[in-house]
Amino acid sequence: MSREEEIFERKIEEEIRIEPKDWMPEEYRKMLIRQMSQHAHSEIVGMLPEGNWITRAPTLRRKATLIAKVQDEAGHGLYLYSATETLGITREETIDQLHSGRAKYSSIFNYPTLTWADIGAIGWLVDGAAIMNQVPLCRASYGPYARAMIRICKEESFHQRQGFEILLTLSRGTQEQKDMCQDAINRWWWPSLMMFGPNDDASPNSQRSMQWKIKRFSNDELRQKFVDVCADQVKSLGMQIPDPDLRWNEETQHYDFGPINWEEFYQVLSGNGPCNRERLEARRKAHTEGAWVREAAAAYAAKQNQKMAGSETERRA
Amino acid sequence: MDDSEKKSIENKPAENGWPLWEVFIRARQGLDHKHAGSLYAADAAMAIENARDVYTRRNEGISIWVVESKYIHASNPSESEAFYDPANDKIYRHPGFYKLPDELKNI
Repeated sequence: MSREEEIFERKIEEEIRIEPKDWMPEEYRKMLIRQMSQHAHSEIVGMLPEGNWITRAPTLRRKATLIAKVQDEAGHGLYLYSATETLGITREETIDQLHSGRAKYSSIFNYPTLTWADIGAIGWLVDGAAIMNQVPLCRASYGPYARAMIRICKEESFHQRQGFEILLTLSRGTQEQKDMCQDAINRWWWPSLMMFGPNDDASPNSQRSMQWKIKRFSNDELRQKFVDVCADQVKSLGMQIPDPDLRWNEETQHYDFGPINWEEFYQVLSGNGPCNRERLEARRKAHTEGAWVREAAAAYAAKQNQKMAGSETERRA
Repeated sequence: MDDSEKKSIENKPAENGWPLWEVFIRARQGLDHKHAGSLYAADAAMAIENARDVYTRRNEGISIWVVESKYIHASNPSESEAFYDPANDKIYRHPGFYKLPDELKNI
């Protein structure tokens, strides 16, 4: 082991954060770039399914909330892109990786938002699962990632609460609203469980990531925690979790749950989900159609600079 | 890092000429401006407006500084041992170094 590597490993051991200019193994850098950029992409693509309902939110209060939430997601994407750039990859390159389909994002965002209840289910389940994943990342060994996660987690908790409130309102409404609520839970439950990633024995990167203290808990540990929490929360809604095998296990003190359809997970991940194509097209279109705005702003700034330089010279003369 | 990734870093594309800015925020009157993060913007006015939208959506700040990242100079972490070495053997700079009688008050 080189001296640099020893220093690095000792820092990890002693819970001293790694900062951008510190020496780090190439594998560690690569793992972080992949994870953090995927995370950033997920925030950005995650705006799309929800943006779908901004114009159709049932009340002004709901609309204002949803706009604020989607704006938060944009902010979260930005914190994470900035943090990723500290690892030596440019913003354009990360965005290009998304647009060319080389980079992944959370497969959950490839499902459609069919009814208003989906916005509630996304808040409760999808953001709930995200929070479960993200809270331990606030202690990730890479400083910029951990700092971004702290900011994100602070903001994310309103997302989950507003989602649950939407479902709660529907669950106390007409039969039609109750059905809508249950239907949304039915469709989002399993994809939410998949958000934690493959089972531990099928997740080769997990172990390395945990050794380097990027991840603190395994996929299955976090998934179990999520199931336990949701199985209790769903009672307040008077709704069902769509899993006939879900039951409390006195021995393990956890909920047992049924098998996950991993075939579906890998299909969606490899581009064959209901909305994969639509999501990427929307991102590419936004980028291409926004090009003139970026160029105009740059041209305006250059002109202002020139003007300022001109008046500076005049004053001196 | 595989070759394709390496190449892309070397051929850094221009961000449409938009420079990177570091953002510093004063949370309350009486506190220092503290580094909050960074963002791209065409000019300083845009950087401040974007910083407001990105970093102060929940009243986290009452004052914002932005500075183009290229103007920040940093110490080198690989030399930090030697760089901070002069302070290591000067414990007489700390009040606890001076042994005084216990009955002595207000000092």
